[in-house]
Amino acid sequence: MNGDVASNQSRSSEFIVSAQKHKIQKIKQKAGEAILLLIASFVAIVVFFIFWFVARDAVPFFRLRGFAEFFTSADWYPADDPPKFGSLAIIYGSLMVTLGSALIAVPMGVIASICLSDILPFSVRQYVKPVIEMLAAIPSVAYGFFALVVFAPLLQNNGGPILMWTWWVIAAPFFLLAVIVASELLTTSIAKESMKKSAKMALNIVLSLLAILFLYVVGNHLQGLVIMSGTNALNVSIILSFMALPTIVSVSEDALQAVGRELREGSYALGATRAETIVKTILPAASSGILAAVILGIMRALGETMVVWMASGNSSSIPVPFYNYLDSVRTLTATIAGDMGEADQVTGSARFHVLFAMGLLLLIVSFVSNLISERIVVRQRKILSGQ
Amino acid sequence: MRKFGAVLTLMAILAMIVAGNAGAATKGIVIDGSTTVGPIAKSFAAYFTKKYKVPVTVSESGSGNGAKSLINKSCDIADMSRSMKPQELAAAKSKGVNPVQSVVALDGIAIVVHPSNPVRSLSEAQIADIYSGRITNWRQAGGPNFPIVVIQRESNSGTQETFKDLVLKKAKVVRTAETQASNGAVKNRVSQTPGAIGFLGLGYVDSSVKKVAVNGVFPSVVTVKNRTYPLSRPLFMYTNGRPSGMVAKFVDLPKTPEGQRIIKELGFVPKY
Repeated sequence: MNGDVASNQSRSSEFIVSAQKHKIQKIKQKAGEAILLLIASFVAIVVFFIFWFVARDAVPFFRLRGFAEFFTSADWYPADDPPKFGSLAIIYGSLMVTLGSALIAVPMGVIASICLSDILPFSVRQYVKPVIEMLAAIPSVAYGFFALVVFAPLLQNNGGPILMWTWWVIAAPFFLLAVIVASELLTTSIAKESMKKSAKMALNIVLSLLAILFLYVVGNHLQGLVIMSGTNALNVSIILSFMALPTIVSVSEDALQAVGRELREGSYALGATRAETIVKTILPAASSGILAAVILGIMRALGETMVVWMASGNSSSIPVPFYNYLDSVRTLTATIAGDMGEADQVTGSARFHVLFAMGLLLLIVSFVSNLISERIVVRQRKILSGQ
Repeated sequence: MRKFGAVLTLMAILAMIVAGNAGAATKGIVIDGSTTVGPIAKSFAAYFTKKYKVPVTVSESGSGNGAKSLINKSCDIADMSRSMKPQELAAAKSKGVNPVQSVVALDGIAIVVHPSNPVRSLSEAQIADIYSGRITNWRQAGGPNFPIVVIQRESNSGTQETFKDLVLKKAKVVRTAETQASNGAVKNRVSQTPGAIGFLGLGYVDSSVKKVAVNGVFPSVVTVKNRTYPLSRPLFMYTNGRPSGMVAKFVDLPKTPEGQRIIKELGFVPKY
């Protein structure tokens, strides 16, 4: 009887203990979750606070000076009396170097990632990819120093020939490819095999001659150019494109890899060549990832400060003509960095707040483009998976 | 384990804050300000620390920032290549700071061009015309037919402000002027760009660029000291109230033979 009670008690106490343990465990779990949530939301809170504080200091500028001057005038004289805060040229400069670097980095990056993922053998890729990614590890001030001390004088002294040779090196293979593809496409409708072959040959020759003529004319024009100052939009665009390359290559190569073996093998099984597989199967399937890579790369170029400050020449004027990449430009980021020292409440508050207005503009641009890319990715995914 | 890491991080941050405060509280002299005066302050500091065993920290963040630091009491001496502006004096007053000026040395702003440029002399008016964009080709200033690349300093530079006051008066710098962040960067750009014109503190001029005479007078120690060179100016150190103790000894270095030797060595002109 006694023993029975005792055993009963011990069992119930055991039960209580385990219930307590259970409770403690649950609390621990909740606490752990709470900590993780806190850390995760910390990032979101930081983003929110950055927006909040930048906006808070940007609004007084617009209240003091209105919107019209900031967005429509190119007179940037913040230190003069009376000061002028027209930022059109600076906004334009930012867009110009971003566009320039995208024009170089996007085709190069995407082609390099295709090469890495589908053409090079694994053993080579293993070495090439880390080397490309190493570009991202170089500090931006080192890029800037290179741009200012090595690249700018090079452009000034041998600008024309450099531009010409670059044009040939980049454009010649591209045109060769275009000629081959074009003659292939134009002759697909010809049924007779022998006629097709000779037509293709003729087309190849004609198109190649045209291409060479075009290459030569443009190359000649480029060779004749004289670059007055090597610190210009072109210099910065080139350096920025190298800084954006590792992002674009790495992320889009991951996207291409994620397409998977099944699709590739399915395409080959249907009789597609490697080129057809890449262009018609893999690229469409990976396009959302590649787009994300491109936008990340462009954001890198837009937000970069040190290089543009050192090597863009920082002249707050819109180039003449507007597409002239050989003129020097000033960007939003460089202006914020360069003017921050003096821009204090002491020297007049519009001058302080205008930098925050620029910061806000940069934030909004990157926010909106991130949203757009997100939307495109979602839509792309729907198209690929559905109907 | 994660908790431990977090605690460690927190402790490290706290330690840094404490160390930072402790650093500010020691008896050393903290100097901030002009990049033009900076080299003098640094050489003084090396000599001073060796002689008096007092640590001296010198930062170069521009005259405007130097004034700001002095007003915020985060430095003992503010190096400035211009006098304090009325707004800065007002701001100082409102914070209970009384800026006292002492002259360290004299400095000439040298107008420099690429060594290959045959132009030897420019008038003040010509320089003003070049910087305000009325002259865009060296031909208009007695040189070869070659476009001018105008190089100025960032707006937070004391040299830039002095240049604007001395040469441009009320005129605006042409919009296409390139802007560089330091004396070194300007020298680098001018030495590499055939069409370039720039301005430098006299101490920064070396053989990689070519000095141009202004109104017929070449910038040199002699012409700056006897004030015949038009683009010259005094360099200042500002203290909060009349300097005393070690700070006074430091500010009075330009009056000692050793201080004058340092100033001359750096390419500036001693006042005393």
